[in-house]
Amino acid sequence: MSIKKLDRVALDDWVEALIRDHNVCGPQVKGDRFVYERLGSAADLRLDHDVTILPPKKYLLPPAEVLLRFTRGGLFSSELAPEPLVLFGVHPYDVAAIAQMDRYFTQDNPDAHYRARRMGTAIVACDVQNASEDVFAACMGAATVRGGFDLLLTLVGETYVVESRTLAGDALLASAGRLADADPVSLGRREQVWLDAEKLLRRRRLRCRPEELPALLERSYEHPVWEQKSRACFSCGSCVMVCPSCFCFDVQDDLGWDLTSGTRQRRWDGCLLTDFAVVAGGHNFRKQRRERYRHRFYRKGKYLRERYGFVACVGCGRCVVACTSGIASPVDVYNALVEGQ
Amino acid sequence: MIAATSPPAAADLYLPEPATVVSKTLLTATEMLFELRLDSGGCLNHMPGQFVEVTVPGAGEAPVSICSAPGRDGLFEIVVRRVGRVSAALHDCRAGQKLGIRGPFGTHYPVERVMKGRDVVFVAGGIGLAPLRSAIHYVLDHRGDYGRVTILYGTRSPLERMFLDELADWSRRQDVDFLQTVDRADASWRGDVGVITKLVPEAGIDPARAVVLACGPPIMYKFVVVSLYAVDVSDSNIYVSLERRMKCGIGKCGHCQINGLYACLDGPVFNYADIVHVQEAI
Repeated sequence: MSIKKLDRVALDDWVEALIRDHNVCGPQVKGDRFVYERLGSAADLRLDHDVTILPPKKYLLPPAEVLLRFTRGGLFSSELAPEPLVLFGVHPYDVAAIAQMDRYFTQDNPDAHYRARRMGTAIVACDVQNASEDVFAACMGAATVRGGFDLLLTLVGETYVVESRTLAGDALLASAGRLADADPVSLGRREQVWLDAEKLLRRRRLRCRPEELPALLERSYEHPVWEQKSRACFSCGSCVMVCPSCFCFDVQDDLGWDLTSGTRQRRWDGCLLTDFAVVAGGHNFRKQRRERYRHRFYRKGKYLRERYGFVACVGCGRCVVACTSGIASPVDVYNALVEGQ
Repeated sequence: MIAATSPPAAADLYLPEPATVVSKTLLTATEMLFELRLDSGGCLNHMPGQFVEVTVPGAGEAPVSICSAPGRDGLFEIVVRRVGRVSAALHDCRAGQKLGIRGPFGTHYPVERVMKGRDVVFVAGGIGLAPLRSAIHYVLDHRGDYGRVTILYGTRSPLERMFLDELADWSRRQDVDFLQTVDRADASWRGDVGVITKLVPEAGIDPARAVVLACGPPIMYKFVVVSLYAVDVSDSNIYVSLERRMKCGIGKCGHCQINGLYACLDGPVFNYADIVHVQEAI
């Protein structure tokens, strides 16, 4: 647990060393955007990315994941051996979202599958160098992070300051060889990067504090915004799929070709999808688009906040980009409620 | 309400326990009663009103209410209506077929706390009799602990009535008031005709002493509650059981949310006072 300094050449050498010993995933270019992918070379790593299409959620709660294997004879066995992983270059808002998932999945009825993946995952966070157009992480208190990572990288001028917070972080940093301690000037410039992040990551402005959302929503259940916005909703679920703070899933059995054994898989699901609240017999408890659309913003701003203590939005702006109809922005919706009081 | 206690952190809560179909009995054209046993030989340790997640290997998993009272012999019962893939696969099971069981999950009827010493009124609509039956058996097994026991049962038609032997037994018993009605009579039917709410004023409910346990389709609650208000029963003396798509049973998958409540953790049994202002509840 230390704070060191490394230049760009040393960073590349260190990443190459990590790639030799670990499964390292980090932001890379895909077309004109960025994605998290397994790193084959330090040259592919883009710590200057603005935002990735999908959040690193996909590594901790994969889009499809085998929970268990079964035989038709009634034998069940857990599938619990995830590959250890180093997530390299995670932005602060995504670190904040992972901390929410940790709270959600590992306390009260702990989820063994999430836990196994999370225990095997080291997080190398990286302060934001370029902001995406729709980011509002600063409004959600997620422009910078003070915890929830093993290592934190911050670009100050032409060098990186790297801070280790855990023994796992120390172990990863050891493969960088001997590094100089971060000097007071660099640490001072890092403080400035954090101050700048509060401005940089505020491209959209939420007109209330996140902790005011439960009370705001409490009096907004019949607000016209739900009907107005949801009229354009295709119920495609894109907003929830790209969201780092949406964790809902479906579970299905897949019988193998031998018809005697199979797997039970969970897959991402979302409350915006038409059949999310359908029960046996066909009754849909959220039949209207308006009801499904509203539920998403209530779950994020009120229900999870009241139950687990966090607002399930970190201001990454991915939903804003993903939504074909341009109605998914939490900032637009919550601001409409603020104005319509 | 008391939720099921959490197992240690290492346990995989999604892993079913092997169980076996001991027997199955057709109750109506679409409802089947299953007697099940955990292969471990252990007891399910449920309370009336709780549910289990039942796996038919190859077909999938579905939440089903337990319809028997807690037993000492490791056997328990469920009623399944044939409506979907898992329930159809269950109906096709034979005795000896292997299943998987997770649970019990959720809250239960307050048979040990609130209901002790009070009059108990059961209001069962259709297949809602199945979850209530676990509490009815519990109360009748400890009959001296409770005051008057009244059972109101409504179905759409006489052919949809389940547990005919038990209905006959309840109507014979001196210590149970049993009233039943059907929405539409057939040639064989000599009893009451009409929806279940017509039985409520006839039941002679003493609002100062009665605890009402209601279970049925969502639409039934709307009208039953109004009829209970008419005889001065207050919200806090009404318990309802709400059905949702409880996929995981442990508050993770998000499917069973009723506004901020989870049917699998905060329910399925709710005190009506706790949900009367919850918009998505009824």
